[in-house]
Amino acid sequence: MSDKKPNVGKVFLNGIINENPTFRLVLGTCPTLAVTTSAINGLGMGAAATFVLLGSNVVISALRKVIPDKVRIPAFIVVICMFVTIIQLVMQAFLPSLYEALGIFLPLIVVNCIILGRAEAFASKNPVVASAFDGLGMGVGFTLALTLIGCIRELLGNGSVFGINILGASYQPMLLMILPAGGFLVFGTLLGIINALTNRKKGDAK
Amino acid sequence: MSLILSSAPHVRSKDNTQRLMLNVIIALLPCVAAGIWYFGWQAALVVAVSTASAVAAEFVWQKLARQKVRVYDLSAVVTGLLLGLIVPPSAPWWMMVIGSVFAIVIVKQLFGGIGDNFLNPALAARALLLASWPALMTSGYNLGKFADATSAATPLLSGASCMDLLLGNVTGSIGETCKIAILLGFAYLVLTHTIRWEIPVLALATAALLGWILGTDPLTTVLSGGLLFGAVFMATDYVTSPMNWEARAMYAVGVGVITVLIRKYGSYPEGVTYAILLMNIAGPLFDRIPVHRIYGHTKAKKEGK
Repeated sequence: MSDKKPNVGKVFLNGIINENPTFRLVLGTCPTLAVTTSAINGLGMGAAATFVLLGSNVVISALRKVIPDKVRIPAFIVVICMFVTIIQLVMQAFLPSLYEALGIFLPLIVVNCIILGRAEAFASKNPVVASAFDGLGMGVGFTLALTLIGCIRELLGNGSVFGINILGASYQPMLLMILPAGGFLVFGTLLGIINALTNRKKGDAK
Repeated sequence: MSLILSSAPHVRSKDNTQRLMLNVIIALLPCVAAGIWYFGWQAALVVAVSTASAVAAEFVWQKLARQKVRVYDLSAVVTGLLLGLIVPPSAPWWMMVIGSVFAIVIVKQLFGGIGDNFLNPALAARALLLASWPALMTSGYNLGKFADATSAATPLLSGASCMDLLLGNVTGSIGETCKIAILLGFAYLVLTHTIRWEIPVLALATAALLGWILGTDPLTTVLSGGLLFGAVFMATDYVTSPMNWEARAMYAVGVGVITVLIRKYGSYPEGVTYAILLMNIAGPLFDRIPVHRIYGHTKAKKEGK
């Protein structure tokens, strides 16, 4: 448990690129597949998770010397629950349609492995500011990934992006894309493309 | 005198992938001909587009992935032909392109190419198209000879006579309607030892028996819909059917049972596609059920004896 100061910029970018929770760590796959039927759902889910990540990382990091090691997981979950309840109530009050669309996956952020994973792997070992940037970076990475998947699925399955029709009225929507199977197909294909690109980059470096 | 030392195999069979695939293509030709005879030039276009785009997809992918281009083994031609024969004759060309590219790139090449795909590519593509454009995949059968027919449901629902079913004088997917053509292809495949007869016969017999128990005429069960086509050309796919005899029997029985259950109780009129796909997935598990006693291997003695 060393408290040496990590470079915050690096920590922030780490969550977006090198350790992107969706495409590199492959965490939080359940909401990734379930809610990304449209771009706005992906963005909303990502934003909610980012808020929870930021909040829980900061609080857990601040409490890291107080929380006994043996009961740390229940303690983390209580902290995460608090932020999930906040975002749930806020969304229900101000964004009722998004709240309806996300459904059960909003309260399920509590058990999202990205959030517990960052609490365990980063926030419980690092100072508050670095943890905040870690949470923010991971959240932004998650949001970008979910929005990307949502855009692709909405474009193919509905001909629109963020509700704006792009492919025109003559486009025959590919229904499969907004069904669960489409989520797996898009997610798998993107994972493959990103792995291929990263491997190629590594190959060039050698 | 020179002695040549080499490792086995020493005796090579004439069969290779290209030859076997050519046999399948020859066996499919009567179906193609019957489809064009009944549904007209649009059916020919559908089959041509799906075959051409399957071959093109294979070629482009293997170039891009810097693999050896193996288009000449003709397996992509078979996939394209099969896909063309299991869609309605009025299927739009772009749908066939998407289906063929999906079959070749996602189902076949991404899982390791020929010999490594865990699903039958043409059937998986049909499932994709059916889930994506259900309206286009379940209508538009009234073409060619049937242009004047009043909107006929698939024969599974309308109840055509057995003679019409046998000759193919009914609506349906391009290749599945004329049973005589399929039987010709089946005979050719069995006589050339390209496929074995067990899987189709067992699947059909199971379906007929179960259909009969559930109150359908056995002959109608066998002759209607895509069961015969699927059993002969799809369920016998080398890659996705099990290896040993007992596993193949279980696989074939599974195809028959699931087909009849979906027809009878499912919300789709036809269940062959999903029956075969499900059995494709279960096939490797059947192969692992130990039914052969390995020579010299005795059962482990129970403790306490």
